[in-house]
Amino acid sequence: MYSDYASLRAWAESEIARTRPADRTRILVGLGTCGIAAGGLDVLAALREKLADMPVSAEIVPVGCIGMCFEEPLVDIVRPGEPRICYAKVTPKSIPTILEEHLLHNNVRKDLAFAVIGDEPYDGVPAWKQLPFFATQRRTVLRNCGFIDPESVAEYIVHDGYAALAKALFEMTPESVIEEVKRSGLRGRGGAGFPTGMKWAFCRQSPGEHKYVICNADEGDPGAFMNRSVLEGDPHSVLEGLIIAAYAIGADHGYIYCRAEYPLAIVRLRKALEQARALGLLGERIFGTDFSFDVTIKEGAGAFVCGEETALMASIEGKRGMPRPRPPFPAQKGLWGQPTNINNVETLNNIPPIILNGADWFAAVGTEKSKGTKTFALTGKVVNSSLIEVPFGMTLREVIFGVGGGIANGRQFKAAQTGGPSGGCLSSEHLDWPIDYETLTKAGSIMGSGGLVVMDDSTCMVDVARFFLNFTQSESCGKCIPCRLGTKRMLEILERIVAGQGKMEDIDLLLELGETVKLGSLCGLGQTAPNPVLSTIRYFRDEYEAHIKEHRCPAKVCKALITYRISEEKCTGCTLCARNCPVNAISGERKKVHVIDPAVCTRCDTCRQVCNFDAVLVD
Amino acid sequence: MTITLTVDGKKVTVEDGATILDAAKKAGVYIPTLCADEDLLPFGACRLCLVEVQGDRRPMLPACTTPATDGMVVRTSSPIIDKTRRNVVELLLSDHPEDCLTCPQNNRCELQRVAAYVGVRTNRFRGEKHAYPIDDSNPFYRRDLDRCVLCGKCVRTCDEVQQLGAINFAYRGFRTKIATVLDRPVATSTCESCGQCVDKCPVGALYPEAWLRYGLPTRETKTICSYCGVGCGLILQTRGNTVVGVRGDPDNPVNRGRTCVKGRFGYEFINHPDRLKKPLIKRDGAFVEATWDEALDLVAQRLAAVVRESGPDAVALLTSARCTSEENYLLQKFARGVLGTHNVDHCARL
Ligand SMILES: Cc1cc2nc3c(=O)[nH]c(=O)nc-3n(C[C@H](O)[C@H](O)[C@H](O)COP(=O)(O)O)c2cc1C
Ligand code: SF4
Ligand code: SF4
Ligand code: SF4
Ligand code: SF4
Ligand code: SF4
Ligand code: FES
Ligand code: FES
Repeated sequence: MYSDYASLRAWAESEIARTRPADRTRILVGLGTCGIAAGGLDVLAALREKLADMPVSAEIVPVGCIGMCFEEPLVDIVRPGEPRICYAKVTPKSIPTILEEHLLHNNVRKDLAFAVIGDEPYDGVPAWKQLPFFATQRRTVLRNCGFIDPESVAEYIVHDGYAALAKALFEMTPESVIEEVKRSGLRGRGGAGFPTGMKWAFCRQSPGEHKYVICNADEGDPGAFMNRSVLEGDPHSVLEGLIIAAYAIGADHGYIYCRAEYPLAIVRLRKALEQARALGLLGERIFGTDFSFDVTIKEGAGAFVCGEETALMASIEGKRGMPRPRPPFPAQKGLWGQPTNINNVETLNNIPPIILNGADWFAAVGTEKSKGTKTFALTGKVVNSSLIEVPFGMTLREVIFGVGGGIANGRQFKAAQTGGPSGGCLSSEHLDWPIDYETLTKAGSIMGSGGLVVMDDSTCMVDVARFFLNFTQSESCGKCIPCRLGTKRMLEILERIVAGQGKMEDIDLLLELGETVKLGSLCGLGQTAPNPVLSTIRYFRDEYEAHIKEHRCPAKVCKALITYRISEEKCTGCTLCARNCPVNAISGERKKVHVIDPAVCTRCDTCRQVCNFDAVLVD
Repeated sequence: MTITLTVDGKKVTVEDGATILDAAKKAGVYIPTLCADEDLLPFGACRLCLVEVQGDRRPMLPACTTPATDGMVVRTSSPIIDKTRRNVVELLLSDHPEDCLTCPQNNRCELQRVAAYVGVRTNRFRGEKHAYPIDDSNPFYRRDLDRCVLCGKCVRTCDEVQQLGAINFAYRGFRTKIATVLDRPVATSTCESCGQCVDKCPVGALYPEAWLRYGLPTRETKTICSYCGVGCGLILQTRGNTVVGVRGDPDNPVNRGRTCVKGRFGYEFINHPDRLKKPLIKRDGAFVEATWDEALDLVAQRLAAVVRESGPDAVALLTSARCTSEENYLLQKFARGVLGTHNVDHCARL
């Protein structure tokens, strides 16, 4: 138990010194979910095996995701007094070479090394900030991800962890904490972008016997993993943000609502809570002050709608996760009928640096109304599929072509979708628009929580609209009529269009229904669900018309509108396609041109993918 | 504290805490609703009650959940409101059977009422329709979810009024439906067949089974339930001289529209041919009809005779839970004061 920050910090430093002698080499392995999925655990096993019979003293440190999901598995080597060298796409096979060369022969393998995670290049390996991927990123939320061992509270503390909490408790009143957050211009990162300081002030002013703070870690958007990476890579900073929020609002209990599909995040959160309790940073009389606060982790069952704040609170109360109308707002009557403040993981994660460095420091980055940085899960047809953090105001082009490395496989950019399943699709005309809350709304999309899906010219925009609407329709809680039935009928219209059975009136019907669903629905799910449809009609109307008028899918995606055939000129009669076709639709003799029977073909695309001579054509 | 606001140009004063819908009702302005109910908490699901509030950031707000505030200027109709309402009803009808003529709720159905009000004539939305099997497992009421509009009144009635929670919303998206625990037939669920939800259903999704046999009621008569001492107010629904249904009397202060399963559904004995309408006296081994005076005289004589011959404690009185408290009091008074015995008991003690 520590009643001042200096002694806590001294403990952490002695702890680090005790467990990590300065003369020992450290080997960092990326073991977030992304690293594990890429084979990180096999790499870890190979590392352990190899190190065991090498005459060096080295320690293996598992770290969270640094964002370079496209280069996983990552292994970084830090020798005493030397910079941190990052090796990318490491395999169990390349481990012995890397270790022997680097540790025994002092030879950094430039061909295998990706970058120096440090300010200066080293031995021909570029510094990370010289790489286009990192050059324009700015890491506030991700400051510790991939740098510290997320399971070590001492390491968090020596990286200034819990200094903001100490500052808030010892030097600031709850009101001045709220004032600082207000002045920083921080807006909620969960989607709607509501000013965080204002929300805290409402909740503080609300009368109530108890008050609650909730961390929304439901992250239901398919393809989004920003919150997960932070929870896995830096759980203490989320917790610190939550404790500061509780202090500012006057809450005595908090909940972290995390989806059960994030088992690693939950394990690390639980560990973080235990460690914080053991150090007196959570529980009775935090830091020896009069402020007491504790946190419960609530595992969500993975319904998208349970990320909506009122549904989330119903779910914590053990009820069906269904949104309810506001007012009353959570700040007035939230969990168990008491004033409640709910914030997204990333919102809370921004709090400790704001308190520590001040509102001005934070507000210096970003645009006039959107301050600070934003993390994005950059996915789709982009070279660098990754977790990134950039200042607000950066253009889509800078993000996709700079940080993202451009479109994969040398194809053309077609569209970018922001805001998760109910965001809109932006076209090339928006590439130079700045990314901030207002601009995205103006373009017919939303900021959402930070999904950014890049699409190339092989993507059919009608099919994309159908795909996202299928998701929102099946995730609608079913409570209100416009959302439950409106999205269903819109989906059916889109299904008819991609099947070549659309009519031109259908486009107007989609627009009209889209408006009814947007304006009529109870919660944000329905209010945004039509966005993918409305925005694709707005920017890619020609594709809808091609499907309807010409029964043609310009991107050659919609199965009902395409046929497969084999080019007589290109086919060498290798028989590969015939052997791979799952329905035996291809006939032909060895060394003779093969033929596809369109009546049998299911348009599965296998033959086109296996043919080595590009002989399979799609019309 | 009171609040004064304007609804469609009419000034109206309401209590603090009233919703826009309350104010409109008071001002005599009709707003279509499907999920609002005076006995239930605001729910905001059907979105038919959307209105426009001058100066509000949002284009439309639900009248049933939005608190009225002082000086508010509300419009209940505008091109966008009318269009949204029409589309909502059209959407509902696109997943509704077209069997109004054979539906037990025909002419009293709230969906018909709002459809007529918003003026839906055609349906532009083709698509999948639900085709659930009718749940006829419960002897008292039928559940035909094809007609359900998911207003949630049944769920909220069972939860908020009956405090039972036998049913809830289940599944998501288009598949959302009202279900018992584990989506089992009503008869095997925790439902107590009180019929409260049946009474609240605005459409023909929940209806008494008896209506299939007797036809619909044509007349209603107020009465008091004879089953127990609570004495709930009932409204007997009749068709000709036959009682075909019962609903709770909403104006009766005792039960305010509620009943238990016996009061609501246990009425068919009234129509039974074996029902006793006159007292019977056993003469020479067979029951013979008698007048009340004859019967009561006989009882008095025999009681007096037993007390005279064997003393008061040879007699015991057992009273019924169907009697009121006052009647039970009188009976023990009669036992002690008239007969002179403490031998009284009550079936509820058994
Ligand atoms: C359908 C739906 C899903 C949502 N999912 C999430 C989510 O997964 N995580 C989240 O933080 N906010 C989500 N939100 C937003 C929350 O309702 C709420 O606005 C947010 O948690 C507030 O935190 P903030 O002010 O920090 O952004 C969702 C909203 C809707 C309508
Ligand atoms: S908009 Fe959709 S998800 Fe939200 S309450 Fe209505 S039905 Fe449920
Ligand atoms: S697309 Fe699939 S089904 Fe059709 S011919 Fe090729 S492999 Fe066979
Ligand atoms: S009949 Fe009564 S107990 Fe059964 S579901 Fe309806 S309200 Fe609940
Ligand atoms: S069964 Fe009736 S009361 Fe229950 S939700 Fe459906 S329409 Fe409403
Ligand atoms: S509780 Fe039931 S039996 Fe008793 S009076 Fe009411 S309806 Fe009749
Ligand atoms: S009556 Fe208001 S939403 Fe149904
Ligand atoms: S008449 Fe409306 S549901 Fe039957």
